[in-house]
Amino acid sequence: MFAATRLNRRSYRNQSVARAVFCLMTVALVIPVLLIVGTLVVKGGPAISWEFLFTPPRDNMTAGGILPALVGTVWLVVVALLASVPLGIAAALYLSEYAPDNLLTRTINLAIINLAGVPSIVHALFGVGAFVLFFRFGASILAASLTLAIMTLPVVIVATRESLQAVPQAFREACLNMGATRWQTIRKVVLPNSVSGILTGVILEVSRTAGETAPIMFTGATAFVAFLPESVFDQTMAMSYHLYYTATQATDVPEELTFGVALVLIGMVLLMNAVSIGFRVYLRGLKKW
Amino acid sequence: MVGLSAEAAVANHGAGPAYDEPPVIEVRDLSIAYGGKRALGNVTLDIHRHEIFGIIGPANSGKTSFLRALNRMDAFNSAMEVEGSICINGKNVNDWRNEYALRRRIGVVFPLPAGLPLTVYENVAFSPRLRGIRKKAELDEVVERCLRRAALWDEVKGRLDSLGSLLSGGQQQRLTIARALSQEPELLLLDEFSIAVDPVTTMRIEDVLKELRSELTIVLVTNLVQQARRLADRTAFFLMGELVEIGDTEDLFAGEVKDERTTGYIEGRFG
Amino acid sequence: MTPAGSPGAGAGIGAMDRRDMAWHVDRAARLLVFVGGISAIVFIVGIFVFITKEGLAFVLGPLKLGEFLTSIAWRPTSNNPTYGALALIVGTASVTGFAMLLSVPLSLGAALFIAEFASGKTRETLKVLVEMLAAIPSVVWGFVGMSIMNPLIIQTFDIPVGLNVLNAGLILGLMAAPIMTTIAEDALKAVPDTYREAAEALGATRWEVIVKVVIPASRNGLLAAVLLGVGRGFGETMAVLMASGHAINLPTSVFDSVRALTATIAAELGDTVTGGNHYGSLFTLGILLFVVTFAINLTADIVVRGIRRK
Repeated sequence: MFAATRLNRRSYRNQSVARAVFCLMTVALVIPVLLIVGTLVVKGGPAISWEFLFTPPRDNMTAGGILPALVGTVWLVVVALLASVPLGIAAALYLSEYAPDNLLTRTINLAIINLAGVPSIVHALFGVGAFVLFFRFGASILAASLTLAIMTLPVVIVATRESLQAVPQAFREACLNMGATRWQTIRKVVLPNSVSGILTGVILEVSRTAGETAPIMFTGATAFVAFLPESVFDQTMAMSYHLYYTATQATDVPEELTFGVALVLIGMVLLMNAVSIGFRVYLRGLKKW
Repeated sequence: MVGLSAEAAVANHGAGPAYDEPPVIEVRDLSIAYGGKRALGNVTLDIHRHEIFGIIGPANSGKTSFLRALNRMDAFNSAMEVEGSICINGKNVNDWRNEYALRRRIGVVFPLPAGLPLTVYENVAFSPRLRGIRKKAELDEVVERCLRRAALWDEVKGRLDSLGSLLSGGQQQRLTIARALSQEPELLLLDEFSIAVDPVTTMRIEDVLKELRSELTIVLVTNLVQQARRLADRTAFFLMGELVEIGDTEDLFAGEVKDERTTGYIEGRFG
Repeated sequence: MTPAGSPGAGAGIGAMDRRDMAWHVDRAARLLVFVGGISAIVFIVGIFVFITKEGLAFVLGPLKLGEFLTSIAWRPTSNNPTYGALALIVGTASVTGFAMLLSVPLSLGAALFIAEFASGKTRETLKVLVEMLAAIPSVVWGFVGMSIMNPLIIQTFDIPVGLNVLNAGLILGLMAAPIMTTIAEDALKAVPDTYREAAEALGATRWEVIVKVVIPASRNGLLAAVLLGVGRGFGETMAVLMASGHAINLPTSVFDSVRALTATIAAELGDTVTGGNHYGSLFTLGILLFVVTFAINLTADIVVRGIRRK
């Protein structure tokens, strides 16, 4: 009896030690985020001004603002979304609503995992080989955006599929039992009840797309253009590439300016992410069934 | 078993069910399994026009699976395997070029009300809209008629625009009945519809079903033996995936059975 | 259509079997979403086809497999070019390996904490923070490596250059952590609560339940998490390019600069002539990266499928 108590005490001590260790490990992962964001704010904050955001760079990138990069990133993201959102939603609808459990479906799932897992630089090589050269788009917003679209396609598919599958099966059955076709069921019951979840995924994709660098380096991003892009066949500056360029290639760029670029980029990305997360939490509270 | 229903046909001739016509539903050697696990085996039976056909039996006896097969619900559950044949009006349900059109003519009511995430009005107007009814006045008329028949109109007429899922359990159940009626079905499949409904409302719905019999054919799965006795012209007894016996309801309840298990269940000795 | 009000009186149910507009629309929609579904396969095959197309001339021509795998002389622009990728392979392996050394225990520990110990608000907050970690773009990580970690490492260890295996490995470890944490947590959550309850009913403490029940039951999922983390680190480009020092070198300590496969492509592709040998050699590195990540993902998928079958 006494021995058992001692044993218990020891295993309880084990437990609290484990708890503390795991907690520390978690904190070790989380602290860097706060440190990084904090440092960027402190060092880059002073650079941020209206002038910084709304004028082009001057004097070999050593002064001036980031307007063309901001506008370029918006172009890249919008064109990429135009391609990947419809395709991703279609793929998710197929997988969630139509696909039988067979080899083809498993292959599609494997392909999606791989699209997400292939290194971004390999996507870049594909973009060069396919869009820039084979389809003759040249280095352009179109080629860069399509490369980004394919790379981030899994984000839309996975998020959409999840929100489709959150719609109770009973709704579908009730609808089909009244003689609605599958498509009518999707349109009248499934999509209206998952649209907000899909939107969450799309916002997440915006955040991913805006931050990618490698896929656009050789497919459409350029270090400096004096004008804003006018069509999808123009090359463009982009925030992520601008950060890479000012940090590694350009010379004599004031530190404050580079930190400013990094701060704006991470601010954009984290803001989109926060919106997506907030939206998701809000939706969870709002569940209708 | 087919022979039995023929006898029943003779006994009931002229009463209500059209036993002299060819049966509306002919089920032959129907077996149903879920992922290889058998739920129902070798069922052969006929159901006639204007008949209320009762199916009784304890839980897990294959009653619900039987209804699901009639409505081709195996098409949306890949684990559900159906063998044998089901013919409705002489046509095998698997031969339908448009399975959705088949379901449009079959109304289904399941025990746990599956209200669509729509308003009360839209729940009932859903099927008429699928049929192409667009005019508001016409839809209003269908919605009111169906809700009245399901004994729900008086309780919801003031809040047709609130979500169907906000109704009480019993009201939701009647809403699904109204929805099934809105399909103007030729065949109405009811699965333990009274499980969430109070006794008074149950009686009102039962009266509606008796009225409806002159217009359509009803298959009534029930766990209440007395409900089958009150409503069904003929009753089938399912037990553990097996069709034990079919007979004229009055005969079964009078003890004229071929299998002792039927009497045992009816008298409440098990189940 | 049967007149309303007397539904049963029509020609009967069988006469309704017509392929109407709704049926055709459904068919068309099914075809459309099917195209969306197989597009994923088309793209993954397309990636392989196009990088192979661009790299094939090099693979069949100047590539000497022995040199490629055993020489550290990556001199594609010299007059007498050599294409030894060993240093690049070792560079990638050392950075990824160091990152995993750091990241695997931390991520699994964090997953255990989030899944088994934390609850309510704490858990939600931690999950959000891990998601934030995943959201930081790789170019920002690279920038952090260059401008924050680099001076820090120089100062702490009193060495001339802070862009090395240590720097890139730390960054990469943090970058790979979210995916490992998330997937490991999913795997832990997938262990049915009944297991935990059964073990607790026998008098086991939470810790014993974790060690003896939860971890063994989620072993495959945890392995898949690690594999995907490795894949992530292996394929990372910008952060490694900016933080590893980018020197062709077989590292002997974590303070040595190295160069990764991905970074080589990113740094050199801009300076190549389309269709030339240098260009082809970079696509060949791409083929290598593709094949290895494909193998990693495939293995992870098979491992995960293993749990589901059980």
